[in-house]
Amino acid sequence: MAERAVVTRTGGDDVVLEVRDLAKSYPVRRGVLLKRTVGEVQAVDGVSLTLRRGRTLGLVGESGSGKSTLARVLVGIEKPTRGQVLVGGQDVSTMSRAERRHLRRTVQMVFQDPYTSLNPRMSVGEIVGEPFRIHPDAVPARGRRAAVAELLELVGLDPDHANRYPHQFSGGQRQRIGVARALAVKPDVLVCDEPVSALDVSVQGQVINLLEDLQDELGLSYLFIAHDLAVVQHIADEVAVMYLGRVVEQGDDAAVYDDARHPYTRALLSAVPVPDPTARDLPGEIVLEGDPPSPADPPSGCRFHTRCWLARQIAQQSLAGPGAGTEAGGAAEGDGPVVPERCRTQDPVLVRLGAPALVGAAGGPDVPHTVACHFATVPVVPQEPPDLREPVDRSAPADRQEPADRQDPADRQDPADRQDPADRQDPADESVRS
Amino acid sequence: MSDATAAKEATAGVVPDVAASRTVVSDAWRTLRRRPDVVVAALVIAFFAFMAAFPGVFTSTDPQSCIIGDSKIRPQGFGAPHPFGTDPHGCDVLAQLVHGSRPSLMLAFLVVAASVVIGVTLGLLAGYYLRWVDAVVSRTVEVFLVVPLLLAALLLLSLFRNVHVGSGSLDVILLPALVLTMFGWMGYARYVRASVLEAKNLDYVTAAKALGASDLRVMTRHVLPNAIGPVTALVPTAIAGVISAEAVLAFLGIGVRPPAISWGIMISNGSEWVTGGYAYLLLFPLGCLVLTVLALVALGDALRDALDPRLR
Repeated sequence: MAERAVVTRTGGDDVVLEVRDLAKSYPVRRGVLLKRTVGEVQAVDGVSLTLRRGRTLGLVGESGSGKSTLARVLVGIEKPTRGQVLVGGQDVSTMSRAERRHLRRTVQMVFQDPYTSLNPRMSVGEIVGEPFRIHPDAVPARGRRAAVAELLELVGLDPDHANRYPHQFSGGQRQRIGVARALAVKPDVLVCDEPVSALDVSVQGQVINLLEDLQDELGLSYLFIAHDLAVVQHIADEVAVMYLGRVVEQGDDAAVYDDARHPYTRALLSAVPVPDPTARDLPGEIVLEGDPPSPADPPSGCRFHTRCWLARQIAQQSLAGPGAGTEAGGAAEGDGPVVPERCRTQDPVLVRLGAPALVGAAGGPDVPHTVACHFATVPVVPQEPPDLREPVDRSAPADRQEPADRQDPADRQDPADRQDPADRQDPADESVRS
Repeated sequence: MSDATAAKEATAGVVPDVAASRTVVSDAWRTLRRRPDVVVAALVIAFFAFMAAFPGVFTSTDPQSCIIGDSKIRPQGFGAPHPFGTDPHGCDVLAQLVHGSRPSLMLAFLVVAASVVIGVTLGLLAGYYLRWVDAVVSRTVEVFLVVPLLLAALLLLSLFRNVHVGSGSLDVILLPALVLTMFGWMGYARYVRASVLEAKNLDYVTAAKALGASDLRVMTRHVLPNAIGPVTALVPTAIAGVISAEAVLAFLGIGVRPPAISWGIMISNGSEWVTGGYAYLLLFPLGCLVLTVLALVALGDALRDALDPRLR
């Protein structure tokens, strides 16, 4: 944390990548000869993100939530249907072809599967050197071999292996080759699409360490997509949680992990396996029922209401006691589960929680903790405790009182340490660092 | 496992190669020339190519000077006037084989080369761009698959009946080459399109696009090399197919017609005499064809393996 704070301070809060109300939909076509558009799949729907120099933004969510589509839009493979992507303050859609070509060098991507991300018919030297062929002005032709060797060394590979082919390397080494290729054009931003999920747990730590070292060395910013919450907590400064193409909760790493407010985030966090055997028997895991709804036909109102445990609880409470019904907005019977009327009809927007949270590292940018839920600030006593790590929170009577509690650094630090993936996943991790 | 051990593991086993930037092609060449089967296959192909280019070296007999009295002489062995015997018209089989190699081989290579170029290009474009490009290509493929070859050949024959195309060996095979190419490219297009659909969604293609690579570069460097596999398996058999199909066209009067000779015509004529006790009339031209195709199959397989670093 300490070294990352240094980078943030030098970088200040200059924004390298900004996404405003980004949407990407794919038409669904039917027909043999004349293809009619019969619907749209909203893969990403109105996402806004900000990535600052030298920082890491973790993007989590289950499969189908639009994380990878967002990544593809950011690196310029897909064109957004709505919204803006600003790189270094410049809108990508208004750029000329040449400018956009240059932009490709600013935002690069690291892929999930190291076995399909390298062309099997090209040697490692050719793979890492290809960016120089695509952008001949990046490195003069004479210096390319040296540049490739330098890149391989940077990612911890032997430069003498430039003549070997990808199949001769292990998964972790192949991922390093992928990182070297992305770094060849000297990008500011690396979009990492689940870069370690296909790797062996022992190798995950190595690659994560490599990414962190490169960030310190080169001042890179990462958009780190993952579904492993522990890995994200370890590497990310900020976290955004996506559900069905939208960001439902966003904020500083510590704020989201320790004080998750969206029922979906809480469910995700409660599903993280706890390495402590004594904690195993504690109740508290929230199991979401069913699959995410189809993005071709998203639910009305809040997109999460079809699977929301919190909404059901609130509805049950309001049915039991009519007095509470006014707060919950009244429950209505439908063919689906019983949820408050508001959840079914009104689409919640991302709202800032309470007072501005001073959660960033000292001197770091202020990252507001935002949640898109009608009942984010409603005190709830869940029948199934959603967050076993902070039982105090559940009984907290009102949101207003919480910020003081939240800002206690000792309180925050403790669970973060317990969750450190370096500790629980990779014993070798620390030895590498020292 | 730590970084240090990972690096060590990577170093172990292979001596670091000093030779700088080797490519797949240079590596493939290095592997190929060490394999005995490749050398033999290449020699066979070279032998027939030489025969087609310089028929006079192998025989001094004119394949068209047929003495009817000498008909159906059995093979006499080398040194005799008719080493491979004569056919029912009294023509020398060896002279016919030697002189027939040129139109047969030229036609086969011309047709297959043109079909592969057309089919691979169209299949690649259709699979890569999809949408209307794919619609046009796929429907065209279907149309050509439906039209019978012989019908189309007859149509072309009548179209070009009064067109004089000359009498050189290239001119003779021009019409059959045109017909056979027109109806030979669809297979390649379909195979390549299918493999392109599979290859173009792989992450390394996305990576190249994210780097800003042009469509042409993505197609030629990343998609095609990984999608061409099925085509290499088709080519040798397609060559055999063309050589026999040419005989059918010759029967219709397109291309090589008697008294000019080709392997296809020899096979077609010879097959009538197999049961009559003159099997050699079929076996000599068929043997040449089989040898050529087998050599090509061996070459094609070796080439495909050599070009795939994973199989080395």
